[in-house]
Amino acid sequence: MGKRIVLGAAAILLVIAAAYASFYVAPEERTMGVLQRIFYFHVSSAWAGMDAFLVCFIANLLYVWKRGQRYDWLGVASAEVGLVLTTVVLITGPIWAKPAWGIYWTWDARLTSTFVLWLLYVSYLLLRTLIEEEERRALLSALFGIFAFIDVPLVFFSIRWWRTQHPAPVIMGGPGSYLDPTMRKVLLFNVLAMHVFAAFLIVERYVLEKMRSEVDLLRREVEAQ
Amino acid sequence: MGLLSNTAILLGKELRTEFRSRELLTTTAVFILIVLVLFSFAINPGTEEAREFAPGLLWLAILFASSLMFQSCFLREQTNDTLSSLRLAVSDPFAIFLAKLIANTLFLLLTELLMLPFFAIFYNIPLWSKLPVLILVLFVGSLGISIAGTAISAISAQARMRELLLPLLLLPLLTPVLVVSTLVTASLLDREPIMQWKGIGFLVVFDLIFLTALWLFGEYLLEE
Repeated sequence: MGKRIVLGAAAILLVIAAAYASFYVAPEERTMGVLQRIFYFHVSSAWAGMDAFLVCFIANLLYVWKRGQRYDWLGVASAEVGLVLTTVVLITGPIWAKPAWGIYWTWDARLTSTFVLWLLYVSYLLLRTLIEEEERRALLSALFGIFAFIDVPLVFFSIRWWRTQHPAPVIMGGPGSYLDPTMRKVLLFNVLAMHVFAAFLIVERYVLEKMRSEVDLLRREVEAQ
Repeated sequence: MGLLSNTAILLGKELRTEFRSRELLTTTAVFILIVLVLFSFAINPGTEEAREFAPGLLWLAILFASSLMFQSCFLREQTNDTLSSLRLAVSDPFAIFLAKLIANTLFLLLTELLMLPFFAIFYNIPLWSKLPVLILVLFVGSLGISIAGTAISAISAQARMRELLLPLLLLPLLTPVLVVSTLVTASLLDREPIMQWKGIGFLVVFDLIFLTALWLFGEYLLEE
């Protein structure tokens, strides 16, 4: 319990500090002005969301391999948190795109593949609601999660065949990508804050799922009597 | 008994079951025909743009048809209660998947070939000279659809609302196949046709990756 409070407090403080840094520490971008500041939130959410899906994939593999209930709980927790963060990406993107590009949505490669990624994990969570038996639900959703995750690079790569309008990566991008040093620091700080926040959410969701499973078990025991 | 001989026997069973009634083939062919006609109302089929859209329409029709066709793949075993005896009969459960996905690929390919003449006539696209390469594209694309579809239909057969669930799980998973097959078909049917070997290569990679995943995880899909 104590650890969870510490993690929660750290996550909230870090997110507040990251928001402060994006508004007051990072320099104003020359052409886009204040609008560009949404970038820190957008990129860090995307990053943390992808990592949450990675955690989900690892949990799915571990479930199939070891069959511990906790891997199932971790799987659903990280999938939900990843989905929330990807939703944030899909909302902040259009907010930025409308003034910058003049349109909310364009069927550009990265937008489209993020949307497909989002759909895959919506399907994952929907599948879970449609299987009653706990062990079967855990196993089948873990297997679908594995298929979905190995599909992600294929989706990204295949859609890249279309022309892309999304700004090129500024971190670890190819030659020609450049980011102001202060901006880079603010971005990396935001990424760190968002990861801690995501970890906090995953832990909380995990505990909730564990309790739900225990309540289920108790209810079945009562009904059996 | 080896994997291959098991697969061959099971494949024979799949084909016999289907060709006794030909239910799947006829319904899927009619379904594709309906979709092709309905698409003609969504776009003006006589125009030059229609030729650009046509390959996408064809692949969408195939994708939707496959998500209907694969419904019965494992459901048939379940309603007849034959899945457990199938599992007992083979030494490697991968043989069950292999037989089913080969059968699905054959059925899908057969309906596609049945529908191609209608597609060519309705959308005024000369196909005859490009037929051999087109069949190659249809084959690698349909193989990918069938591999993923067989795996997903094993999942959806064990859930509630399975008829709705299968397309829901399968279609987003098949985005890469749709994107690349459409692209390859479109450049093949262009005024100056080119063969996108890179696309064929990508589809083969997709097929291999999902086949490997099915080989690794298939046995868990059939667990009681």
